[in-house]
Amino acid sequence: MNGRGGRLLHVYTWVLIAWLILPISVMILFGFNNPSGRYNQTWQGFTLKWYRDVFALEALTDALITSLLVAVLTALIAGALGTGIGYALGRWQFRGAGALNLLMFAAISSPELVMGSSLLSLFVSMGASLGTVTITIAHVMFSVSFVAIVVRARVVTLDRSLEEAAADLGATGWTTFWKVIFPIILPAVMSGVMLAFALSIDDFVITNFTAGTTETFPLWIWGATRVGLPPQVNVMGTMIFAAGVLFAVVSNVRSRSKRKAAVAA
Amino acid sequence: MDRVKRTLAPYLLVLPGGLWLLLFFAVPMVTMLSLSLQEGDIVNGFVFTGHWQNYTESLADYQTQLIRSLVYGAITSIVLIVLAFPVAYWIAFYGGKKKATYLFLIMLPFFVSFVLRTISWRMLLTDDGVLLHPLKSAGVLPDDFQVLGSSSAVVFGLVYSFLPFMVLPIYVALERIDPRVVEAARDLYASPMTSFRKVIFPLALPGVFAGVLMTFVPASSDYVNSELLGSSETTMIGQVIQAKFLSNSDYPSASALSFTLMAVLLIGVFAYARALGTEDVMKVAAR
Repeated sequence: MNGRGGRLLHVYTWVLIAWLILPISVMILFGFNNPSGRYNQTWQGFTLKWYRDVFALEALTDALITSLLVAVLTALIAGALGTGIGYALGRWQFRGAGALNLLMFAAISSPELVMGSSLLSLFVSMGASLGTVTITIAHVMFSVSFVAIVVRARVVTLDRSLEEAAADLGATGWTTFWKVIFPIILPAVMSGVMLAFALSIDDFVITNFTAGTTETFPLWIWGATRVGLPPQVNVMGTMIFAAGVLFAVVSNVRSRSKRKAAVAA
Repeated sequence: MDRVKRTLAPYLLVLPGGLWLLLFFAVPMVTMLSLSLQEGDIVNGFVFTGHWQNYTESLADYQTQLIRSLVYGAITSIVLIVLAFPVAYWIAFYGGKKKATYLFLIMLPFFVSFVLRTISWRMLLTDDGVLLHPLKSAGVLPDDFQVLGSSSAVVFGLVYSFLPFMVLPIYVALERIDPRVVEAARDLYASPMTSFRKVIFPLALPGVFAGVLMTFVPASSDYVNSELLGSSETTMIGQVIQAKFLSNSDYPSASALSFTLMAVLLIGVFAYARALGTEDVMKVAAR
């Protein structure tokens, strides 16, 4: 294809990437800002004090801890339940599989606003008190389908003869699963777990409806926008961003070097 | 015994997750439907009376916001197609060995909380912020020029928020095009423009459709962007529903509005999928 058009598109792609990264850079930069007043809006000078005092605001730190707790619980529960669904859907054809697929598709494509408000309706009608438990219930609900899809995609590619070989060697179904199948699908399970963690820690809308007076990191930020955000928010946002990027890069490099090793062998 | 166990196995594996979805996704929809037909207030409680006027009354009050939200959602999706297609195209055909890296860069915003990203934009676009202030002092823009509070600011925010959801499905569709098909078109003397219009674009359409589904629904039901970047002139239906549920505890009419939004979006999505054929869309969406 012609070179000039390609170069133009290349430049355009980078402009768009720059646009995507601009607000993130601002967030990171203003974690190093030294604002005089309450508003961290204009650049006043470089400081590291917000990194030193990152946990100085108790309510904000509590909100971050709640976010992490909910994300870990969600990753574990949705990881286990989603793996069950994904394995069953990938391995067997059974009555009800179609209905389950439809339910999962509906849960993925429904607006978060509607899922959040309907959950609130349920909790209100039941007289349930809102907090960490209801947030976790909601987060598991919206992330379990994603885990199931990731795991199913791996299970359908499994070679059936592995199972037969294990059975021929006298392994029971249970042993075969844990000793043969599970190690093979483990990377997919782990990506499902990480996806659930990422979806949970970033969620705002559904959490907004199911949290009551409990605050997560995004909810605390939302509540504080009117009075001005302290630079600690930028620092925590930067730390979450850095951890996520680092994790993604490391796991990508690891899987790539494994693939290379497999090819070499 | 073993055979029974075998046939039961998928059901046992599916049961906990399936129940979770049933109890916390499907059942709440029914509760909300029931709540939308009730009367009462938060102090004395709500009673089911089949009060369907909740729908007509709340629609009469908030049809402007509902229509505005659908319009914003539609504009967002259209702008996104125009912005995202060239990028997806370049990565798919020119990305070479760095395709994964470019896709990763496109997805970087996902590592920052949605609310925090939108707040960053508010800071950048504020009247005397880093973007507008220099332009104003240089005399390029009038002193009273504002971005925040306008429809454009809200749509700008929505476009920013959902861009990756448009790039990815279009990329997936373009990636799957066999380069030999494009070569064949060129061998048959199609110009680059013609081979794009007659070969590449039609093959990419399922990706575009999937992208529209993945951006229109969340954009038209969003309330974060219009709350942070908009004004009372840009109020979206999401803000109305959120305030009714969380500030006013006006559950019946909030439920009615939420259900109406869901119904409108579902009808829209189904009509759209029928008109275009679901198979291809689902195939791309599933990836």
